[in-house]
Amino acid sequence: MLTLENLVITQDDFRLTADFSVAAGALTAVIGPSGAGKSTLLSVIAGFFAAASGRVLWNDEDITDTAPGERPLSILFQDQNLFPHLTVGQNVGLGLRADLRLSAAQQASVDEALRRTGLAGLEGRKPATLSGGQQSRVALARTLLRARPLMLLDEPFSALGPALKAEMLALVAGIASETGATVLMVSHDPDDAHRLADQTILVAEGKAHPPRSTAALFADPPPALAAYLGRGGLSDR
Amino acid sequence: MASRAQPLNPGGIAAAGLVLALVLGTLGAVLWHADGFAALGPADWAAVRFTVTQALVSALVSLVLAVPVARALARRRFPGRGILITLLGAPFILPVIVAVMGILAIFGRAGVLNDGLAALGLGRVSIYGFEGVVLAHVFFNLPLAVRLLLQGWLAIPTERFRLAASLGLGPSEIMCLLERPMLRALAPGIFVTIFLICLTSFAVALTLGGGPKATTVELAIYQAFRFDFDPGRAATMATLQLMLCAAAILLATRFAIPAAFGAGLDRPVARWDAGARLLRLQDGLFLILAAGFLIAPLAAVVMAGLPGVASLPASVWLAALRSLAVAAGSTALALILALPLALAAVRGKLFELVGMLPIVASSLVLGTGLFLILRPMASPASLALPVTVVVNAAMALPFCLRALIPAARDLETGYGRLAQSLGLRGRARLRYLTLPRLRRPLGFAGGLAAALSMGDLGVIALFADGETTTLPLQLYRLMGAYRMADAAAAAVLLLALSLLLFWAFDRGGRADADA
Repeated sequence: MLTLENLVITQDDFRLTADFSVAAGALTAVIGPSGAGKSTLLSVIAGFFAAASGRVLWNDEDITDTAPGERPLSILFQDQNLFPHLTVGQNVGLGLRADLRLSAAQQASVDEALRRTGLAGLEGRKPATLSGGQQSRVALARTLLRARPLMLLDEPFSALGPALKAEMLALVAGIASETGATVLMVSHDPDDAHRLADQTILVAEGKAHPPRSTAALFADPPPALAAYLGRGGLSDR
Repeated sequence: MASRAQPLNPGGIAAAGLVLALVLGTLGAVLWHADGFAALGPADWAAVRFTVTQALVSALVSLVLAVPVARALARRRFPGRGILITLLGAPFILPVIVAVMGILAIFGRAGVLNDGLAALGLGRVSIYGFEGVVLAHVFFNLPLAVRLLLQGWLAIPTERFRLAASLGLGPSEIMCLLERPMLRALAPGIFVTIFLICLTSFAVALTLGGGPKATTVELAIYQAFRFDFDPGRAATMATLQLMLCAAAILLATRFAIPAAFGAGLDRPVARWDAGARLLRLQDGLFLILAAGFLIAPLAAVVMAGLPGVASLPASVWLAALRSLAVAAGSTALALILALPLALAAVRGKLFELVGMLPIVASSLVLGTGLFLILRPMASPASLALPVTVVVNAAMALPFCLRALIPAARDLETGYGRLAQSLGLRGRARLRYLTLPRLRRPLGFAGGLAAALSMGDLGVIALFADGETTTLPLQLYRLMGAYRMADAAAAAVLLLALSLLLFWAFDRGGRADADA
């Protein structure tokens, strides 16, 4: 279970608060207007940005000051998820050992992760020679291999076309259900939330709201969400 | 976005500590041993005046001549344009003593120019003294000024020229509206940069200056050491040199100093206004004169020296080997210091400042300080090569950092988070991220450091005895002994080795560095 306890995030005159838990194994969308702080919230959970106050806990263990690489999570950024100078195999292998000294068994699991993500035979290629969808698969193969209990997705598939994006999200859901991972997925597309996430965190007006059932949230959107979706009586200006 | 606190960078701190200790330690020793300015005679103040005057004139002449050349390069396309622009970068890694030989071959007493004048029945001109020093400085800094100005021209958006053309503006209106504001913005910074370079120039003054009328402060330091055996006086002159540099740098901080080696200068500016025949002739003339001014001296050296390379005496080959060892050592040291400093400079501006510190001290000032510190422990001659390695590395450090810091910044913004999220640290990060991604700038920086060290005739002249010479010093001694054939051959060898070192490092950085 991920717990954000009295979290206050400030940056110049930007301010965001969060105080809730996300149940283990939940597929959760994070939605809200641009600039509301969705990415910043993920940055704090991943350990790239320090909150002004409050704590981040995983299964009641305080990880507020843990280094990003030591946290029980994998994060996929909007871009730059692969090292362009390393091969596909090396990029995936980094998920097991940062110094890439892989045992035979570890090498076998790299091959297995590549096979499972449909990348068999591509381990010697450099990312630049792959398509966008294949590059996403490499990053997902690494995530699969790391098998961390929390997955943070900061719109890693936003550059892909709709069909490819749906395919990747299905792959994420498959990996998550297999490893039992909790997923937090930033999106500006309500359809993603509908399709994939059983619950949704709304980030708007300086607050990250506790997760609610996606269906219920969209059926009865609070004013901030309604404004974002362009529905209801409120204008977004 | 503000990032969370990073763990301290031990490599960066260690490198910064070493550079600080070297620069401040030597400067401290210089200040401690200085006699006080009351002890300075009229000849010493004459050296200060000469140093400042020749630097002012050299900077002014370089800048003024660079304007028409840069403009011609900016608005013309012609075969060989790319090569000419590359060639303009060459003087930076050219051994000063080789260029001086070339200048003597063209403009010297027995040079092409004087032979021509004599054939016309005119008197011979001498280039020793003020004129020679300025001429050599212009040879080195005119190309630099042209490259920097060319960047300014290329920074003017093509759309402006298109707009000017659509309004029917001619070359003189464009000069007023577009080019003059750019020049006004760039010229002061370029002027101060060249002024600073000429202020600390030693080898040119050593070979073309000298005497009471043409001694620079750097040369006076050398003379106080070598001829007067007076370290106190050398320290006093070094203090003066230090103050001159510090004043010039203080001045320089008020102007934008352009980066010396910009990429992408190959693109010509599309111009609609410069088609007139007279303008084409004018541009062509400037380009031919500039290219000739650069190429003729080097061609003269190569033609005079090439046949004699094979029969060079063993002492020259030994000196060449010694120079290669010095260059290898100082390149390694410069890169070992520059890489952690560049990585640390991404987070702390202070590291960059520390790395730039050697600019304040010239090579002879650092050498004087090291001599004063080490004198009780060892003989100068036994220190000559190690001290040269250290001083050359320190002098190359600012240039290495200028090449590395932008790349280190890109590395951090591009891949810092990914590396952190994967726990890529320490040796693994160095091996799988830092070195592969910084390979190109590291190769370039290594090439600069190696070529600068290979061609350096500075601190080695302070320390060396008859045995421990480097190739540039050996060449200087051959010139002093009027063994001009051997000197020319040694110059060809030195030129070839310097260019080869730069090429090999730079090439090594580029080889299969895909994506």
